[in-house]
Amino acid sequence: MSYNLKYSRFNERSILIEWPSIINKNVLESIINFKEQLKNKYSEEKVEVINTYNSILISYSFTIDNFNDEILALKACFDTTLVVENQPKRLWTIPVCYDPDFGPDLEDYAKAKQLSISEVIAQHTSAIYTIYFIGFLPGFLYLGGLLKSLALERKATPSLDIKKGAVAIGGQQTGIYPQDSPGGWHVIGNTPVPLFLPNEYPPSAFKAGDQLKFESISPEEYEQLSLAIKTSSYNLKSNIIDA
Amino acid sequence: MLKVLQSGFYTSIQDQGRFGFAEYGVPISGVMDQYAAQFANALLGNDDSASVLEMTMLGGTFQFTEPTVIAIAGADADLKLNDSSVNQHVVLSIKTNDVLSIGKMTKGFRSYLAVKGGFKSEQVLESRSQYYPITKTQRIAKNDTISYETFKKDYYKQHATVKFKALHLEQPTLEAFRGPEFDQLSATQQEQLTHTIFTVSKNNNRMAYQLEPLLKNTLQPIITAPVLPGTVQLTPKGNLIVLMRDCQTTGGYPRVLQLTAASINKLAQKSIGKPLKIRLKD
Repeated sequence: MSYNLKYSRFNERSILIEWPSIINKNVLESIINFKEQLKNKYSEEKVEVINTYNSILISYSFTIDNFNDEILALKACFDTTLVVENQPKRLWTIPVCYDPDFGPDLEDYAKAKQLSISEVIAQHTSAIYTIYFIGFLPGFLYLGGLLKSLALERKATPSLDIKKGAVAIGGQQTGIYPQDSPGGWHVIGNTPVPLFLPNEYPPSAFKAGDQLKFESISPEEYEQLSLAIKTSSYNLKSNIIDA
Repeated sequence: MLKVLQSGFYTSIQDQGRFGFAEYGVPISGVMDQYAAQFANALLGNDDSASVLEMTMLGGTFQFTEPTVIAIAGADADLKLNDSSVNQHVVLSIKTNDVLSIGKMTKGFRSYLAVKGGFKSEQVLESRSQYYPITKTQRIAKNDTISYETFKKDYYKQHATVKFKALHLEQPTLEAFRGPEFDQLSATQQEQLTHTIFTVSKNNNRMAYQLEPLLKNTLQPIITAPVLPGTVQLTPKGNLIVLMRDCQTTGGYPRVLQLTAASINKLAQKSIGKPLKIRLKD
C-alpha cells in the first residue's frame, strides 16, 4: 500500500517524514519498510532513524546544507514496490504474574471492568500485541492490540511508585514499565523479565513490527524466573514469525 | 582523581550524549550548553566528546590528586584555586592537592569544568553522560571521586585563544523553526508566540523548561510522535514546554516550534524569571 508522505525539516540536522494520522498495522508496515531501506542506504554513515505510529525522524550527525536535495534523496530511496526486512519479525512471550501482590490495582481494575480476575487474565493473555515503537522511557514498548473489553480510563491520580516490570493498562493501551516510574495506568501484574539492559547491545531485544503475548505464571514461577534471570540462566522466549 | 568536597546544587558528568539509541527510547542527554562546554574543551585541546562537569546555579569544591590543566567556561561565578581568585575561559594549571571552588552563578546558569583528556567516568551506551537508570547515578554527590589522566604542564601547548561570546549568556532572543504542528495554530496564536515576552518558570531542569505566561490553546493532543531537545510543546492548559537534553524521545503534545541548536545552548544559561523572546527562522 502506498501513502501520501509529507517531508519537512525538523531542525538543522533532522528531517521528519509523516504518514496519515491513523494508527494501524498497514501504516506501521509501510513505515518499517521505509526505515529498513533507510538503514541500508545509510549503513556506512552515522544517522539515527526512529519511528512512531505515523512518523519517521531521521537525524544526521552533520548539519544539512540543502534540505531540498536531501529530501529528494530520501524520496528516491523509498521503493514502495519492495518489502525489505533485514531481520525476521519475532513473537515474544512475556511471563506475567497476575496476582494482587504483583499487580496492586488488579482487584480494583477487575471490579471497575465488572470482570473476574481470571477473566481479566484470560483476555489479557489471549491477544497478540504488535510493537509499534519504543519511547516514553528506555525500553518502553508502545503496543497495539488491547481488547476493547479491557480498556479503562487512566487513574485520576497517578501512582508515584510503579515498580519495574509492572504490566499495566491505561486507556486503550497496555504496556510494561521497564523501570520504576510514576504513572497513571492500572497495574495488573508484573514480569520478572528485564525489558532494557543498558550494558548490552542492543539494550532492548524488541523492535518495531515484532509481536508480543503475555503468559500467566504463578508467584512461585515468578520467584524461580527471577533467580534464573539473576544467574543469567534465562533467555527471553521468542519465535520467528512466518511471513 | 577529582575528589568532590562540595557538589553544588546540581552537578553531573556530561559529554555530547548518546547518539544512535533513540530507537530504544534512550534520551540523548549530554551537556545542556554545548557552546560553553566545547569552549572549555577547546581551550585544553580536547575533543568535543571529552566529558566535563556541568554545574547548575551553584558550583562546587573539588580537590585534584594529580597534576593536570583545566578550564572553566559558561556562567560567571567566583572562582578560587586554593585561596587565590582565578579566571574562567583560560587554561589553569593544577598541582597535586590543589582545591578549586566555584561559587554561585551570577550571569548565566551553568558552568563547565573541563580537564585535560576529559573525565574517565563510567561509560554506558557510548557516553559518560549521567542519566539514571542508564548510568548508576543521576548526578555527582559529595565524597564522590572521578578519574582523569595525569598531565604535566611542561608538555602543554597553548591553543589558539578565542573569546567567549559574552552575549551568549544574556541574549533574550531565541531562534526557532516552525514545528510540525505550527500551522494548526490560529494566526493570533502564531502572533502571540513571536510577540510575547516569556519568562523561564520555576519548572526548569535538564528534561525541560516551562515558560510563562500560559498561551491560549485550542489544539488537541497529537498521536505520540518524535521529539528532540529544543522541541517546544504546547499542552492543553496552554503551557509552553521547551524540551531539553534529557527529554523523552517521543511525546503527545503539539510541537509548535523547534529551537535552533544555538538557541538551546542559550536557553540552558537562563534561570527562573529570565525573559526571552522567540524569533521565527525560515
